[in-house]
This record gives sequence, structure tokens and C-alpha cells, in this order.
Amino acid sequence: MKGMTIIVKTIASWVKVLIFLFGISIILFGHLTPGGGFAGGVILASSYVLLMLAFGRDFVEKNLSLPAASKIDCLGAFLFALIAILGFAFGGVFFVNYLVKYSQPLRLISAGTIPLSNIAIGIKVGASLFLAVLTLSIFRLRQSTEKKE
Amino acid sequence: MPYALCFLLFMIGLYCAVVKKNMIKIVIGLAVMEYAANLFLIMLGYRVGGVAPILDKSFLKQPTGQVAPTEPIASFINTAVDPLPQALVLTAIVIGLGSTALIISMCIRIYEKYGTFDITEIRRLKG
Amino acid sequence: MTPTASGLLQSRASPCPLPIFVAIPLVTAFVLPIFGKKGKAAATFLANLATISLLVLSILCIGKSDVYEVGKWSIPLGINMVLDGLSSLLLLAISVVSASAMLFSARYMEQYTAKAKYLSLFMLMVAAMNGLVLSGDIFNLFVFLEIASLTSYSLVGFGCEHEELEASFKYMVLGSIGSSFVLFAIALVYGNTGALNMAYVSKAIQSSGLNAGLSFALALFVVGFGLKAALVPFHAWLPDAHPSAPAPISAMLSGIFIKTLGIYALTRVVFNIFGISATLGWLLIVLGLLSMIAGAFLAIGQWDFKRLLAYSSISQVGYVVLGLGLGGLIIATGGNVAWASLAILGGLFHLVNHAVYKALLFLTSGSVQMATGTREMRQMGGLAERMPVTRAACTIASASIVGIPPFSGFWSKLILVWAAIQAHFYWLAAVIVFISLCTLIMYLKVQRYVFLGELPDNLQHVKENKGTMLVAMIFLACLCVLMGLLVIVPSLRANILDPAVKVLTDGLAYSANIIQK
Repeated sequence: MKGMTIIVKTIASWVKVLIFLFGISIILFGHLTPGGGFAGGVILASSYVLLMLAFGRDFVEKNLSLPAASKIDCLGAFLFALIAILGFAFGGVFFVNYLVKYSQPLRLISAGTIPLSNIAIGIKVGASLFLAVLTLSIFRLRQSTEKKE
Repeated sequence: MPYALCFLLFMIGLYCAVVKKNMIKIVIGLAVMEYAANLFLIMLGYRVGGVAPILDKSFLKQPTGQVAPTEPIASFINTAVDPLPQALVLTAIVIGLGSTALIISMCIRIYEKYGTFDITEIRRLKG
Repeated sequence: MTPTASGLLQSRASPCPLPIFVAIPLVTAFVLPIFGKKGKAAATFLANLATISLLVLSILCIGKSDVYEVGKWSIPLGINMVLDGLSSLLLLAISVVSASAMLFSARYMEQYTAKAKYLSLFMLMVAAMNGLVLSGDIFNLFVFLEIASLTSYSLVGFGCEHEELEASFKYMVLGSIGSSFVLFAIALVYGNTGALNMAYVSKAIQSSGLNAGLSFALALFVVGFGLKAALVPFHAWLPDAHPSAPAPISAMLSGIFIKTLGIYALTRVVFNIFGISATLGWLLIVLGLLSMIAGAFLAIGQWDFKRLLAYSSISQVGYVVLGLGLGGLIIATGGNVAWASLAILGGLFHLVNHAVYKALLFLTSGSVQMATGTREMRQMGGLAERMPVTRAACTIASASIVGIPPFSGFWSKLILVWAAIQAHFYWLAAVIVFISLCTLIMYLKVQRYVFLGELPDNLQHVKENKGTMLVAMIFLACLCVLMGLLVIVPSLRANILDPAVKVLTDGLAYSANIIQK
């Protein structure tokens, strides 16, 4: 999958940081404003997809390869399971919100384990969607080489 | 009345998924069905003249942040749109996304093997 | 030791927290991709350890009942997980079949390349099925239904050959249509009752009665879950999907997947939430009859081993739905509750039986396919002396499914026929016996073409498969023989089967048990 013209490449390299930061802010403020883990994760993945469209698949794959993205994916799932199991260890029931007594409502650091779950879900969803688009673009590569033969 | 229109959209998606011959059009029909169900769920929670169900600092009375059930909270509860269908729809959209991604990758693989998107020509399994 | 205080169904709490049935396979599924290509043996060992530990845990949970509130949020605000008689019976069936299929796939999946991905998808499917039978909230049931469906779509097309992809695509389209119907029905239920917890929905329906929206939701539920359970006329995906999947996945799909996603969910919604009525009972009986007859007649003409087994699955699922519908009809028309319990006992026992022997049949077909490389019965023959264990297992399973005493299938069919006669539905009993004869014909065909006769020249080199495949087949064959004891020995029946029957005959008392007001 080849890249696009020089205009698209320049603008994409400026904008990708903004998109990534925006995704992180949606994840972190998920308990206060609309959004949360899933929506923020999709935005994180879309910054990588923008790079893939602008620069070509090989450039992005050198940066964040398939096995690395797969491991980040599993890491996100593990964090989420860890939060749930720690709820079992501290509170006696899975998923109990054991940090809520340390927090004051309606501030950034509040609502116990919910922001931590948001972060875990954001990592996982971002990595998963990136992997999905990367894998689909590999199929396209194989098909176009077949057509040339 | 809007609910009946949602069901009509669902039926349009079903028609598209059942009748069309191109695989991608079938996938679009499935996506329209899922989105119609999500739209129906969201419309269930709507309240005419409602407020978005987001609490902010204006509901806090004391500076230490103790939220007491006072007048603003009661009017908020009475006018806010139901947030539960919104959480359900978030989950349902994620599920629909995963399902669509899987079925699209299946379409790509089938195109590699059979060379066509037409389902009337993909009929090796019979009987 | 139980973490909750409210809403215990009976005073026997479960020995382990209920989310552990979902947590163990889920965590295993995310650990396994780390092993990669070098650690295949370690990955297989870990997966087998997980399924065997689930089997042990589900045996410990027999006859217990419990309500577990996730996150300590009490019931209308939070999600709960409910273990009652029906759930524990199905949990046992799921863990038995998945443990044997995982043992079998330790050796069988060596012929595919991406084994670590297969193992983690398999564990995700088991986690989703466990969560489905334990869920007490109707949207949670939908989420687990979708997880299980998505993993099964990818597992059916795992080999990525022509036919497997086509079968997987067809399965995926029909499965997505079914899931959308279920989601629409859940939305209708929420709009009409304002609750998502099954107990609260049931309470609201009992107090307000069925209006037009709720009746429509019920129809959508029947269609949606019927698509998942492959009842005729919604069965079009099954004869393509089950043969194309790898053999342990076919065993899981035919053995418990269509029963958990289709029949368990349908009975939970129809019996416990909406309450059974005469029209629903007749509807289930008609669907069961159609499935039985169509499945049996279409199976006799098949020459592909696994396709014949798939059509036979449709037929046997018809038996289960027939038994449940007959029991429901008797309850709804105010008949003798003892006859209704007998019919439901026959249906549920047949469900468990069919899980075991259909899984065994698919595992033997996988063993034959791995040895000979083909599924076409006309190209096989005379495998009896080369593969003795496979032949013995297949014979035991065929005898069970046909209904020869003393194997387990005989008892479940006997109970169904007896219940039909007691309720004065003599024509139903006649149809059941007739379809059993058709089943006999199709399995005699299997025996004659696959195992008897003479060995063709290109198959002279086949020999018996070794290792864990044999262990799995022998385990299931022993279960086939011993499961007849489940109805004969009264203490086993009272602990394992009767609580499940009681949940369905009590029907709407489910909500009263959970809310405990």
C-alpha cells in the first residue's frame, strides 16, 4: 500500500500528534464527559490509520509491528482483568470499586477504578483496531500481487 | 410513530441482506439492521425537552464536594434523558464493529479464493 | 463464604464465586497468544489445564443455587449472575464437551498452522458460553451471545479453504441477522418494562400483562434464538457450517453451542420471563416436529460423513424442543404437572445426552478424517480392523443416538414417548418412534460404509490415531454408557436433573426467588 502526495504527508505528520492527544484526553476524562475507553481507543487507532493512509503500510509497520501491537492488545486485556481480580481481592466481589473511598466526586482523579478501566480499555481497543486495519491491508497486498501475475 | 420507522429501517436492512447478490451489499444490509436496532434503543431513552445526563460542578453545593440531594438534583433527574440505553448502544456499536470487521475480512478472503463477489457463483457446498 | 446476602434461591450456596467460570477461560485466552510459535506445547497444556479445572468446578457446583452481584451493586442497579438448576446442568454439559474437545484438539490441530490463535479463540468461546448460562440480566446475555457467535464464526472458517470460507460467510450472515433480531427484541422489552434484569422484567410482565409490543418482542426472540438453535425453517447455515469446521469445533458447535445459545436462551426467556402459554407451547411443538422430520429425511441421503451428522443434529434438537414444548403446553393448559415434568425431563435429558454423543460422533469423524484425509463415505470402507478404538466409539455413540438399551439415548427417548402417551398425544409418540427408525437407518449407513466392507487400495496405510485423541473419545464413550444411570439412580436424578426441571415447571417463580421480597 503506497503513500500519498507530499501535501498529505506533511499535514498528516502535524496532525497525528493532535489526534493522539485528543484520544488520550477522551480516555482520561471518560468518567466526567462523554467518551470513555472505547471512543478514545478508536481515536488512538485512527491516528495510526491516518499515518498508514498517508505514508504507506510499510512505514507504519516498521514503527509498530504486528507482534508488538498484538502484545499491547493482550496487555490491555490483562490490565482490565487485573483490575477486576483486584476488586475480588480487596472487596470480596469481582469488579468492586475499591478506590472510590479515596476520591472526591467530579474531579479528574475520582470515581475509583473507573478511569483505570477506561485506560485499559482504551489501550486494548486502540491496539485491536490498528491490528484489524493492518491485517486487512495485508490482504490487499497479496491480492494485488496475484493480479499482476 | 418514530419507533415504527425504526422497524421499517430494520426491515429494509433485512431485505437488503436477503435479496442482494453482491457480498458487500449483503454486509451493508447487515450493518443497516444493526444500526436500526441501535437507533431504536437510543430513541427509547429520549425525553422531549430533555437535558444531557451529565453532572457537572454546578450541582455541588459545598466546596468539599459532598453531593446532597437538593433542588437542582431533583429537577435534573426529572428532565434528563435516560442514560442506560446510551450505555447499551455503546456496547452494541462495539459488537457491530467487530462483527462487520470479521465479515469484511471473510469477504476479502473469499475474493482471493473464488475471484468474485457474486454469491450465486460461490456454491460449492450443496445438498 | 458466599459474598452476597440477598436473594439466595435455596440455602445451598455455590463453592466458588460465579464470575470465575468466565474469568478462568478469559484470562487464559489472553495469556495464550504470548506463547507464540515456540511455546505451542506449553500453550496446549495451559489450555487443557483450564478446561479440566472448569470441569472440576462445574462438578462441584451441581445442585447448588446462588446469586452473585457483580461489583456489589444490588439488583436493579447492577448486573447479577444466577446459578440455578438449569444453569448448573448446562454448565456441566459445557465443561464436559469442551474438556474432551480440547483434549482431542491437542493432537488434531497439529495439521493447521495457527494453533495458538485457535486455542485462544476456543477459550473465548467457552468463556462466553459459561457467561451466557450464568447471566441474570438480559442484555448481558446478548453480549455473551455475541462474543460466542463471533468466535464461532472465525473458528468455522479456520482452515481458510474454499468451502470453509463459504460456509463461514453463510453462517455469519444468518447469525448476524439472528443477533439483530434479539437486540431489537431486547430494546422492545426495555421500552415496555423499563428493566433489564430478568427477574425485574418478569415481575413487570406479570403485573402488566402482554401488550402488543411485548408479544412482538416474544416473536422476535423466537425467531432470533431459533436462528441460533438451527430450528427448521432457520437451519440453512448448519449443514454447511458444521462439516467445514475442524472436528473439535464441530463437536463443540453441534454438541453445546446450538443448545446453549438457542435452546437455553429460548427456554429462559419463554418459561421464566414471559411465562409459557398454549400458543407458545404449540409453536415449540410444531418447530420441534418440523426439525425432527426435515432433519431425519435430509440426513438419509447424505454421502458426506459430517454433513450427515449435521443434519442428524437438526433432527435431535427437534426432539429437545418437542419435549420442552409439550411440557409447556401441559402446564399452560392446566394439565397434570407430573406429566409436564416428565416431558421437560425428557427434553432436558435428551439435550445433555445429545451433547455427549454428538460430540463423540464428530470426534470420531475427525479421527477418521485425519487418518484417511477424506469425508466422503463412498471412498471409505473397512476401517474396522485398522482403527478399532474409533470404530468402537462410533458404534457406542450410534447405538446411543438411535436409542438402543442400555445406552443413554434409549432412556431419554423412552421418557419422551412415555410423556407423550401420558398426555394423550398418541400421534406425537408415533412420530418420535418413526423418526428413531429413520435415525437407525442413517447410522446403519454410516457403519456400513465407513467401517465395514473392504479397505480400498488408497487407504491401506491408515492406522489408529494415538494419544490424547483416544483419551477424549474413550472418555466420552464411557459417559455415553454411564449416563443412563442419571435417570435410573434416584439420587443422581434428584441432584442433577430435577432442579433443572423444577426451574422450568416453576416458570414465573424465578423472579420471586431472586428478588426475595
